[in-house]
Order: sequence, then C-alpha cells, then structure tokens
Amino acid sequence: MMDVDVNEAGLPRVVVSDPAAGFTPLSNSPPQGGRGPVGGLGEGGSETADLDGALSPLEGESGSGGEPPREGALGAVLDDDATLPTYSFAYLDEQTKRMIRRAILKGIAIPGYQVPFASREMPMPYGWGTGGVQVTAAVIGPDDVLKVIDQGADDTTNAVAIRGFFQKTAGVATTTRTGEATVIQTRHRIPERTLEAHQILVYQVPIPEPLRYLEPRETETRKLHGLEEYGLMHVKLYEDIARHGHIATTFAYPVKVEGRYIMDPSPTPKFDNPKMHRSKALQLFGAGREKRIYAVPPHTDVVSLDFEDHPFRIQSFSQPCALCAAEGVYLDEVILDDRGGRMFVCSDTDHCEERRAAGHRGALSGEAL
Amino acid sequence: MYVAVKGGEQAIAAAHRLLAHTRRGDRQVPSLTLAQIAEQLSLAVDRVMAEGSLYDRDLAALAVKQARGDLIEAIFLLRAYRTTLPRFGFSHPVETATMRVRRRISATFKDLPGGQCLGPTFDYTHRLLDPLLAGDPDLPDPARRDETTGAMPRVTDLLNDEGLIEPDPAEADVPVGDLTREPLSFPADRDLRLQALARGDEGFLLALGYSTQRGYGRTHPFVGEIRLGEVEVEIDVPELGFSVAIGRITVTECQMVTQFKGSAKVPPAFTRGYGLVFGHQERKAMAMSLVDRALRAGELGEDRVAPAQDEEFVLSHADNVQSTGFVEHLKLPHYVDFQAELDLIRRMRAEIAALQEAAE
Amino acid sequence: MAAVTAEALEGGFARPVFQTQAVFRVLMAALAEPARPLPLPVEAAPPAPLPPGLGAVALTLLDPDTPVWLDPALAASQPVRAWLAFHTGAPVAAEPMDAAFALVVDPLRLPPLAAFAQGTAEYPDRSTTLVIAVDRFDTDPSAPLLTGPGFEAPRRFRALPERAGFQDQWAANRALFPRGVDVVFVAGGLVAGLPRSTRLAPTE
Repeated sequence: MMDVDVNEAGLPRVVVSDPAAGFTPLSNSPPQGGRGPVGGLGEGGSETADLDGALSPLEGESGSGGEPPREGALGAVLDDDATLPTYSFAYLDEQTKRMIRRAILKGIAIPGYQVPFASREMPMPYGWGTGGVQVTAAVIGPDDVLKVIDQGADDTTNAVAIRGFFQKTAGVATTTRTGEATVIQTRHRIPERTLEAHQILVYQVPIPEPLRYLEPRETETRKLHGLEEYGLMHVKLYEDIARHGHIATTFAYPVKVEGRYIMDPSPTPKFDNPKMHRSKALQLFGAGREKRIYAVPPHTDVVSLDFEDHPFRIQSFSQPCALCAAEGVYLDEVILDDRGGRMFVCSDTDHCEERRAAGHRGALSGEAL
Repeated sequence: MYVAVKGGEQAIAAAHRLLAHTRRGDRQVPSLTLAQIAEQLSLAVDRVMAEGSLYDRDLAALAVKQARGDLIEAIFLLRAYRTTLPRFGFSHPVETATMRVRRRISATFKDLPGGQCLGPTFDYTHRLLDPLLAGDPDLPDPARRDETTGAMPRVTDLLNDEGLIEPDPAEADVPVGDLTREPLSFPADRDLRLQALARGDEGFLLALGYSTQRGYGRTHPFVGEIRLGEVEVEIDVPELGFSVAIGRITVTECQMVTQFKGSAKVPPAFTRGYGLVFGHQERKAMAMSLVDRALRAGELGEDRVAPAQDEEFVLSHADNVQSTGFVEHLKLPHYVDFQAELDLIRRMRAEIAALQEAAE
Repeated sequence: MAAVTAEALEGGFARPVFQTQAVFRVLMAALAEPARPLPLPVEAAPPAPLPPGLGAVALTLLDPDTPVWLDPALAASQPVRAWLAFHTGAPVAAEPMDAAFALVVDPLRLPPLAAFAQGTAEYPDRSTTLVIAVDRFDTDPSAPLLTGPGFEAPRRFRALPERAGFQDQWAANRALFPRGVDVVFVAGGLVAGLPRSTRLAPTE
C-alpha cells in the first residue's frame, strides 16, 4: 500500500547542472553531505554510474542548439562532495519515457482513442501543461528544435516557463519560428502556418474526455466510446441550436477522428479545427492530470461535428490584424482604453512577426514593434 | 500606436527574485533553520511527508520553508522530487502490532492490555493562547512510560480473536498496486484506494468523513484504536536472501470499528475502516478510516448513495496537487477561448437586436 | 544471482538515452505513416537468432512492465532469453494472449493474430504489438494497396510472402477495430509499421 522512500540525512539532490555547459539549477540546492540514492535499478546495466559523468558534459552528440545535451543517469550518480544527482535528459527517467512512448504508439494506432498512461508528477502544476510536457519529453531528442506557444504566442509566461524547462533539462535548441520547429508544444492554438510532414504538434490538454461535461463518470464515458454511442453529444449540440440558434460551443469543439472516435481537440478555438483535418504533421495530445494520451496521425480525417441544417462554421473577424493586416487568421482583442477603444491583432505572434518582417503593415502598426 | 507586451522571461525572473525576497521577510529576523521547522513545526512536516508520499523530514522541512509555509505547495515540491527517485523495491507491510507506541487510545474499551496512553496530544488542552510561548520558556522533562508495561495488542486483533469483527479483508500474496506507476482505473481495488487516501488531502477527507457522520453514508463508527509510534520498515534483499530493516518511521494508525454485518447464515460481525498515515496525523488517519469504510459500501452490499461512498468521485478529487493545479490553472491566460465566447455572444446579441428592431 | 554470460551483457546500446530516443522516433514515424519502410538509425548486437533490428526495437520499448512473447525459434535460444532479460528486464509471457509485445523471427509459423491480446472495447490499447522480422519489403505493383490514417494516398506494401496468408488475417484484424493488434515489421535495417487502423484499399 505504501512505498517508503526512507532517506536519511538527505537534502535534496535536486538538481543538476553542468556549470560548464551553462545549465542552471532548477532550484537552490545547498551542498550538504548525505546519502543519496544508490545506483540505478540495473535497467539492463544500460546506464552506468560514472562519478564524473554527472557533472561533466558528454562528449559528442551535440544538440543543434550548440549546448551538449547530457545523458543523465537518474539518481544514479553521486559526486564525492556535492551529492547532487542529475536529472535525465529532458527530465524524465528512461522507464517513464518508455512507458509514455508505448502509450503514444498505441494512440497513433487507434486515432482519437484516449490511452491511459501513468502520468508522473512534474515540477510544474497539473493543469499547466504537464501532459504536453511529458509527451514532449518522451519524443524530443538532441537534434530537435522546440517551439512552445500559449494562446498562440511564444512570449506568454507559461510558454516561456515550459521552453525554459526544456532548455535547462534537455539543452535543445528552441525557436519561435513555426517553420523552423520540429516539435511544437501548444496550449489553445494551432499555428496559422500550415504544418509540415516532419513536424510534431504536442497539445496540452486539460480535460481529454469530450463527453465529460455530459457524463462525469469515466466508467460511463469509456462504455460510450466502446459502443460508439455518441447520441448524447449530438443532443447537446442540438439543444444549443434550439436555445440559442447556434451551436454554443466555441472552443474545444468536438471532432470525429477517422469516422470512429469523438475527440476533444483541447481548448483551441473552433477556428483551428479545420487545420487538424488531414494535417501533414503528427498531432499528439497529453493530459497529465487526467493521465491520458491520444494522437492523430498525419493525413487523418478530423471532422467537426455538425448538422445538415447547421453546418460547422469557424469564427470570422470583420477586420484584419491591426499590426500586419492579415485576414483569415485568429485575432486577439486588445482593449486600448476605457472608452471602448480596442484593436484586433494576430493571436499567432510568430505569424504576425513574419508578415511584418515581409513588409505587411496594419492600421496601427508602430515602429516600437 | 500599440506596443505588444513582451518580456515574459524577464517578468518571470523578476517575480521569482521578489518571491525569494518576500519569503525571507525582514532580514533583521534570523532565518529559520530546517531543524527548527522539523522540530517545532513537526506536524506541518508530517503532513507534507504524508501527502507528499515521501518520508524524509529534512526534505519536507525544506519544502515547508521554500513554500513559505503553504503546505500544499510544500507537498507539491516534495512530490515533484519524489517522482524522480528510482524505485528499488517494496517494503514488507509495516507491523503496527509491534509498534513502539507513543500514544494509544481506544474508545471501545475502558481498559485493555497495554493500557490507554495519551501521549503527546492536544486533546484536553484548553485552547487558550499561551503568552509564555511567545518566548522560550523552560520546560519540565516529560514523564516516561515504563518500557516494561508490556505488549499492546491491537484492539481489532482482540475482537478478531473472538470473531466479532470481519477478518482483515486484505488478500495475501496479491501484488500491491501503485497509482503513481499505473493510471488508476475504476473500480479500484482497496490497496489503491487506501494509497489514494493516504496521499489524499486532509481537508477533503475530513469533510467527507464528517459527511458520513451526518448521515451521508452512515457507518456507525467507533474508534477501535488510534496508535502513534515508530515501526520498522523492512525490505527483501534478493542478494542476501532475507529481509533487512532499512529504517524506522513514525506512523499514525486508526482502526475504526463500524456497522456490523451478518445474515441468517453468517453470524454478525463488525466491519473495518482503516487509516494509516506518515507521522503524527490523527485527524487525517481518522478521516481516512471513515472514508475507507464508506468506500467499501459496494463490497459490503450497501447502497452507494452518498458522496463518500462514490469511489470515482472520491479518488478523482482527493489529490490536492492535482486539484490545486487545475483550479489554479484558471489564472493562466485563456484569452483565445474567451475571444471565441465574446464573438458568439456579440453575434447572438446582434441577431436578437435585429429581430427586435424588425418587430418595431 | 544466476551467472550471467558475457554474451548477455554485451550488445546493448552504448548510449541508451539517445539511441532509444532515435529508434523510438523512427518507430513513431513508422506507425504514423504506415507501410513506409524507414531506416533504423541504430542497431543492437543481440545474440542470434535475434536480428539486430529486432534487438534495437526491444531495447527501445521493452522493460519489466511489458510481458514479451517469444516465438518458438527465439524461445528456444537461451542466449536470446538471457540477453533480453538482462537488457530489458521484460518477463516472458507464456501465452501470446498475455503479451504486451511479441518478438517473431519465423513469421511463417506465426500464430493467428487473433491468438494475441486484442484489447477490449473500452480499453483497446490493452493489446499485443507484434515485432516481426521479415526478409524484405515489397512495394512494387504486385503488393497489396493499403490505406487508412497516415496515408496521404494509398501505398503498396507487402512484408510477408502471400502463402503466409497474412492478408486475410489482416482484414480480420482490421474488422475488429478499434480492437486488434499492431505490427512492426523489421527487414534488415529497415522498419515499417502496420497499425490496426491500416486497411486494404478498395480495388478499382
């Protein structure tokens, strides 16, 4: 029932860093004597406990970011005087990555089906992207280039924090350019630029179960998916139409994947739903707190639910981006003053910047940008 | 002209510098040592160890300090560290019958072998603020119990000898689950339920346990026994061929003796609710045993009608690291989704306005 | 502890963290775009008759949480069992039905796909993934035309000779969707995925 990690005298062997490579500690780690964890579990002896390895950069296999990624041996390495353990490459230990990788492969084989996985506690709160972070950590390698967005923007605080996490723990190259990224982790948006075949889009998902608000019990929703019994969802959408004249779902708008599973696309605005359909990129979804992973392979049908008399329609904006004049993109409304002044600007900051760099100018575009 | 908000990175760094500054408080006041926290705020440390699922007083004390005394934050810090630790194996079940007892009370018998022992308790203190504690008063040495007082058999064992309580429903030789290694699915076995409750939020379990007392899944509980003390933790070492004690931990155990069951064929016997928690955490152990018993409703043929009996509800919401994360995530930006809602509401309002205009 | 031979200790990945990641990415791509042979970036050096490519897949996906079924040719090899045990820790499943993975080097004697775990309607993921060594991949016009998720357009692909009767079995497996097994084929240094979602394209 309980497992006990008895650990005498140990102050945290919390972090690790390789000063030579410019990694910074994740948190304060006072040097203190103590007995740390003893050697690896002997996962086939694949990871050696090299006393020096922990704190020195690994030779070769340098990441495209120029910083040498380290091959950490989780908790398996002790330095004589520092007793600071290393974290593994991309934080997760190898067994956890294997478990997540297996779940991803199942997800790909059964598009839209939510695969349970033994989500780990991450050093960031549940609900703040732990699922996406675990998926990214399980797929990312030293040659990848990572982009992280939240609300479409690279510079929102949570995107900054997650990007920093991977810079610190994996030493991977990062970018804000959608076109340059091989792995894009996102919260609430799909980039405007059409994704390519070599790209992987990782979604952070809060509530992976599209039927959850109609039926709170997992035991029930599992059955409904198993039986492909989705009448509830259609009833709900139709009730909206009866009451409001519209389907009142504007984000996390349910989709049907390859004609079988109804899937939650994560809380992206329904504007982004069509981008999922037969995308060239692989789409992976991670829900950490809810412990589910699901996937949409490239070139897979992703169809938003609708009715013949009420076809699915995406949002449209009456004006172009005030900064880059883009049309047909998703815009954020920015309140300029308390007299009703507002402007609409691209939610996808990279898309906006690229357009402005290419000379496009919107009505309110300013030099300071 | 509009200048987009930039510089999330600098803002985060500045906020964290300010956090460190605020955490330190007035620098004229000496900084807390971890020993002070571990020794003098020991119940906070116990709670952090229990809900953090990691028995390490020093780390828990550090977490309390780092979290500025916010225990759920401290629990989170400890969990995030725990998850990186390699797993060497499982201990044997701790043997609470041979606990070195510091406190032991039974509400079901006036006296019993080994006696009642109040131990370090708030019970029967008058809750009057003690001005002397503002300083560092001299204290008399505590009275010590004679070590030769004799064994303290567990009340449930005594009842069991007479067949008055159901046998311990634990199945021997069945691998014990671990919800930190496998995703929970429902129905969950009792080992997983107990693990979830042992890690669960004290406040949540307290409220649920209380609700059973008020009739939402009543179980007629009696505190068979609460005991607090130290138990040995033993693990098998395959290389040695025998088990070794790797340390001693403090635990609080509560065995609730509850609603009897029986039928024309099976003689009636009391049922059990069980609580076991790291450290000295009586309230948590008691609440846990109430909720454990309530969750056994299905197994014991009772109708599941109350929240505390609803396994999926209880287990899905007992973890405060999960719940605080998801509640607090609402403060992350959601303006993309909000924009989608704004757009819809404006459109619907415009349609209604147009209709009204047409009607006039 | 049982004596371990040097053969069992050797032949793993020298840099497991990065090598398993690289192999995983290829496996992920292989299942995301089925029936498209992709080069494996690294191979392991397991004892015969376990081919290096299968060894690499095993090192990447197996561990103590994944019961593995070995086909008779592999099960008969003590060095292979010792190597897998040491490098992955995966317990050997006695029955195909109990296996998370199956390693197969003699595909002509493959048990029926239906003998492996198919998952349940509620948990179709609780199924076996077969990793099968084959001689080569055929993508010429005589090969069956496949389609499904991951196919921009139908592709021709055959991993097993027609006499193996795999095509009918696969159709039956597909008919169980979302239950069913997934297959990873390895031919020398190439790997190709056949997830349960892949189906025979309708012929014109």
